[in-house]
Amino acid sequence: MNKPRLMQGNEACAEGAIAAGVRFFGGYPITPSTEIAETMAKLLPQVGGKFVQMEDEIASIGAVLGASLAGKKSLTATSGPGFSLKQELIGYAACAEIPAVIVDVQRVGPSTGQPTSPSQGDVMQARWGTHGDHPMIALAPWTVREAYDAAILAVNFSERFRTPVILLMDEIVGHLRERVVLPEPNEIETYPRRKPKCTRAEGYQPYTPDDDLVPNVANFGEGYHIHVTGLIHDETGFPVGSPKITEDSIRRLHEKIMRAEDEVIRYDEFFMDDAEYVVLSYGGVSRTSYEAVEKARAKGLKVGMLRLMTVWPFADKIVAKIAKRVKGILVPELNYGQLVHEVERAAAGQCHVELLAKYNMEIFTPQEIEDAIEKLCARGDK
Amino acid sequence: MRSFEKYFRQNRLPHLWCPGCGNGIAMKAIVQAVERKGFTQDNTVIVSGIGCSSRASGYMDFDTLHTAHGRAIPFATGIKLANPELNVIVITGDGDCTAIGGNHFIHGARRNVDLTVVLFNNDIYGMTGGQASPMTPLNKKATTAPYGTVDRPFDACHLAQAAGATFVARSTAYHVTHLTDMIEKGLSNKGFSLIEAVVQCPTAYGRKNKMSDPSKMMMWMRDNAVMKAAWDKLPAGDRGEKFEIGVLYEDQYTDYAAAYEEVIDKAGGNK
Repeated sequence: MNKPRLMQGNEACAEGAIAAGVRFFGGYPITPSTEIAETMAKLLPQVGGKFVQMEDEIASIGAVLGASLAGKKSLTATSGPGFSLKQELIGYAACAEIPAVIVDVQRVGPSTGQPTSPSQGDVMQARWGTHGDHPMIALAPWTVREAYDAAILAVNFSERFRTPVILLMDEIVGHLRERVVLPEPNEIETYPRRKPKCTRAEGYQPYTPDDDLVPNVANFGEGYHIHVTGLIHDETGFPVGSPKITEDSIRRLHEKIMRAEDEVIRYDEFFMDDAEYVVLSYGGVSRTSYEAVEKARAKGLKVGMLRLMTVWPFADKIVAKIAKRVKGILVPELNYGQLVHEVERAAAGQCHVELLAKYNMEIFTPQEIEDAIEKLCARGDK
Repeated sequence: MRSFEKYFRQNRLPHLWCPGCGNGIAMKAIVQAVERKGFTQDNTVIVSGIGCSSRASGYMDFDTLHTAHGRAIPFATGIKLANPELNVIVITGDGDCTAIGGNHFIHGARRNVDLTVVLFNNDIYGMTGGQASPMTPLNKKATTAPYGTVDRPFDACHLAQAAGATFVARSTAYHVTHLTDMIEKGLSNKGFSLIEAVVQCPTAYGRKNKMSDPSKMMMWMRDNAVMKAAWDKLPAGDRGEKFEIGVLYEDQYTDYAAAYEEVIDKAGGNK
């Protein structure tokens, strides 16, 4: 068995990515994600991979997408300001269906904001940051070990669906150090690069969807002479001006992920059996929420917890089901209120939804969340 | 069929360029240089940005990548580092390469990534209808410079040389045989190569600047392009609108992928 290690979330993220098969990293220094680049610079050449520090955030994702097209699993990491710059090519990756993982270790914004302080202010940027209609997968780990696991899962989803995946970390988890036992190599499942199922002579087209609606795009250099573009294209990969093909291809981009929703949406439930109130959390805040819920339970309050690892696509069905049977949902967020709007939408008036927002550089104390739970329970809804 | 025709996707032709455009001449020069070098269609990747020049990738029968505006060089860098066996050619334009892609251009040159960048310089943003680019000559007219440009233009060749490119050359659509030679030399250089191909844009640039006849634009190239050896002897006062063509700069320096192999060795990754 692997020995326990004292690891930082950002280091765990980098090591998880390498365990998932990532062999190319393009990056640019930015607090609080820099340790991911530094760890990659050290470890990637040890496994024959390559690290390149690019001239800016856009170039780093550009290089990552190029490396991915040439057959290497690839990843980049940044924080809010850099994440904004990368949005251009996140959309490119969505449209051209290029597997890539973008880590965003969130800090306080807007703009340069508070670079070393924790925040969850990029939740909506992760979903809607790039222009145009596109699906998005975003995972938010809450422990150092899960930063490792989520990096593997993010790489696997990017390959499985040929889509950009956001690993939506926050400064809490990114800079947290805790004791972790990493999985053995034989415990790690990796999703291999999809391969063409026929030859050029047999009529191969790079963007013909497979049964799961995901195309098996060949890597560059394999003799398929494919064309890749950010213009809307048909199965051949070449741009078309057709309204029908445009509609079909945008729909397919969404449906390839939505039909696999149950596979993509990962979450934990705690103390939910008899819960009348629920705390819904994601990322580093979940740690505080968990302690507050435990304390509230000790006081006899019937409160449970839903912890979303997958933030996007949003867990509509799960939240709707919970909303139907509980009296209230508390949503603590380190922002002015972002995911709470999705919770309200999914709850659709079936229960009360309460936001607990904090955006002052500091993390929640367990007491703050516990007080909010008590206040919610005292409302006596339904 | 002429031997270079196999490098084109016949079903994607005719191209969308205007009658009289010089881009087709530069595109043909690229495939003829590829043919002479003996690069195969399976081991060569064409990467382009956005703009008139960058539509070339779609007509060429290789693995081709039409990236976002200005971003061809970062994508190409990733491809080359991920698979150094591939020959990577970048097709870009004056706006794509020196405005929105300017930072990528100088850093690609600085790293000396083994890429061959062919810059189709038509002096204008053609695809969007004729706006001034950073390479539009001073005092020339464009839709965004109706009274003539006041911005001083870049010399992309000087820029590449200063930034660390190890092969820099310029030619024109008029001097197509010479242009092919320059591209072939660029393909032979193991490092960052820039070949500026001066091409005519009669539609968006020429019409605004009293040169709407493409043949006259090419004659202007004939009359004003000066081979480097002659240029060096030409007194500064006699240069006027003239410009130098030929191999402008050459150097030997380890290319980025080769340099990174040493990093992998040091880290023990080749064991």
